[in-house]
Amino acid sequence: MKAIGNVFKFGDNVDTDVIIPARYLNAPDPSELAAHCMEDIDAHFVNKVKQGDIITAGKNFGCGSSREHAPIAIKAAGVSCVIAETFARIFYRNAINIGLPIIESKEAAQNIEAGDEVEIDFDSGMIYDKTKGTEYRGQAFPEFMQKIIKAEGLINYINNK
Amino acid sequence: MGMTMTQKILAAHCGTDIVEAGQLIEADLDLVLGNDVTAPVAIKEMKKMNVNGVFDKDKIAIVLDHFTPNKDIKSAELCKCAKEFSIENDITNFFETGEVGIEHALLPEKGLVAAGDVVIGADSHTCTYGALGAFSTGVGSTDMAAGMATGKAWFKVPSALRFVLTGKPAKWVSGKDIILHIIGMIGVDGALYKSMEFTGDGISYLTMDDRFAMTNMAIEAGAKNGIFPVDKLAEEYMKEHNAGEYKIYEADYDAEYDETYEIHLDELKPTVAFPHLPENTKTIDQVGDIKIDQVVIGSCTNGRMEDLRIAAKIMEGRHVAKHVRTIVIPATQKIYLQAIEEGLVSIFIKAGAAVSTPTCGPCLGGHMGILAKGEKAVATTNRNFVGRMGDPESEIYLASPAVAAASAVTGKISCPCELED
Repeated sequence: MKAIGNVFKFGDNVDTDVIIPARYLNAPDPSELAAHCMEDIDAHFVNKVKQGDIITAGKNFGCGSSREHAPIAIKAAGVSCVIAETFARIFYRNAINIGLPIIESKEAAQNIEAGDEVEIDFDSGMIYDKTKGTEYRGQAFPEFMQKIIKAEGLINYINNK
Repeated sequence: MGMTMTQKILAAHCGTDIVEAGQLIEADLDLVLGNDVTAPVAIKEMKKMNVNGVFDKDKIAIVLDHFTPNKDIKSAELCKCAKEFSIENDITNFFETGEVGIEHALLPEKGLVAAGDVVIGADSHTCTYGALGAFSTGVGSTDMAAGMATGKAWFKVPSALRFVLTGKPAKWVSGKDIILHIIGMIGVDGALYKSMEFTGDGISYLTMDDRFAMTNMAIEAGAKNGIFPVDKLAEEYMKEHNAGEYKIYEADYDAEYDETYEIHLDELKPTVAFPHLPENTKTIDQVGDIKIDQVVIGSCTNGRMEDLRIAAKIMEGRHVAKHVRTIVIPATQKIYLQAIEEGLVSIFIKAGAAVSTPTCGPCLGGHMGILAKGEKAVATTNRNFVGRMGDPESEIYLASPAVAAASAVTGKISCPCELED
């Protein structure tokens, strides 16, 4: 499985309130959530993002509220993967559980710049910055989580068991 | 090598004697929680599963507290979805407006959580129940769905940070000030993936409401859970609230901690977290002159009885500053009623504050006190992120109920000590 897209870069501690503000949680339809993704820190994000694009961010991405609406909004906005230095733990679980690919890599998160074209190979965990010609190794998932990711989420994984 | 308190509870819930940090386990759940925002998403996911109903109708709590009393038609639809599911599955602990309280104040009050339990909730502040010596942690809606269907959840066993609390806090220093001080010290990801285990003789000076406020905000340091040892006070609380059977776990003497921090409670001052992160803390003497537009006293962090009592003590015989909206929200119906009976509601209303039925409302920018562009609020809530209480250009200052009440009276962020004779 691979992802290819252009990068939108964010800073440290991007919280789930800015990923999807609570004022939109009364309508949990993925396309409605996607329409407001990131709007409080980048009002134009949803107009600029294209199918397959990639988010990079610093430390503690997805901190705060447990709302699963946050990874749902990112996925439905067309984002193919989030690369961060670290993820907040509930966001990390939620992303895996709903089948939004995420990868931890401090070097990739710090060095890849906004607009770069990046390719991610999920099988090998390699991240290629095609604009700069550099590559990074993301942190591998434990085997158990790989099974959930392969099943495209926790519900399918449990159903298949 | 010994185990932490958290590790012992997790080991007992996955049928083994020993677990270690980093190990992946599947644990049996004593309670699965959801609210009007997260339960409908979980219910939709659960319907995709090959299961007939929930694992145990008595071990699920559905609490309609966020956008309630229903703030608009879309919120009413979410509550309707949660209610229909609860009726269909005969969920014992379903709480609708009139009975509802803010989930993390309500469940301990109803005796639904007890020492030694493993609890997951589709709400990040589920970590609150660690004050009673339970392992409890926030998850998302899909985990809630799997938990409701199977009674199990997967966890990576956490390592821990130990906080040794010593000494007696000064007059205006509460649990809220202690946890804000700690978050200021270690940062909003200082406990990422880890347990925060509180210990030390200073605990004996902390009321249950202090402890609930502290474990409540463990998530604001990124923690998986926060937990207190179970002392006589915690046991009395559980007995008084008919929590039923509980089991006390203690950390081994040789348990390993990633770090140990000594917190001298007697040296702490009232503490305020500035926008836009809970780690941006300043002691009250460093705050400067900050005029405010709104004060909120309430939430799962600080809407309990003692929070209202100290706020009322400060506001009694005084009036809130002109042009400052002051909103007081008792966390549960029981607390609300007691506040009426003790005369606190009368004090708040005479002081010019609005008193609301229990709701999470303004804490997450839902309703009941939304900020306009440029407005500033002092709130006893738990998050001051960009746009959390309204416009992305509004500002939230997190503080204790005492500081919030004093600020309401003076119209700027103030120490209650300024109002003392």
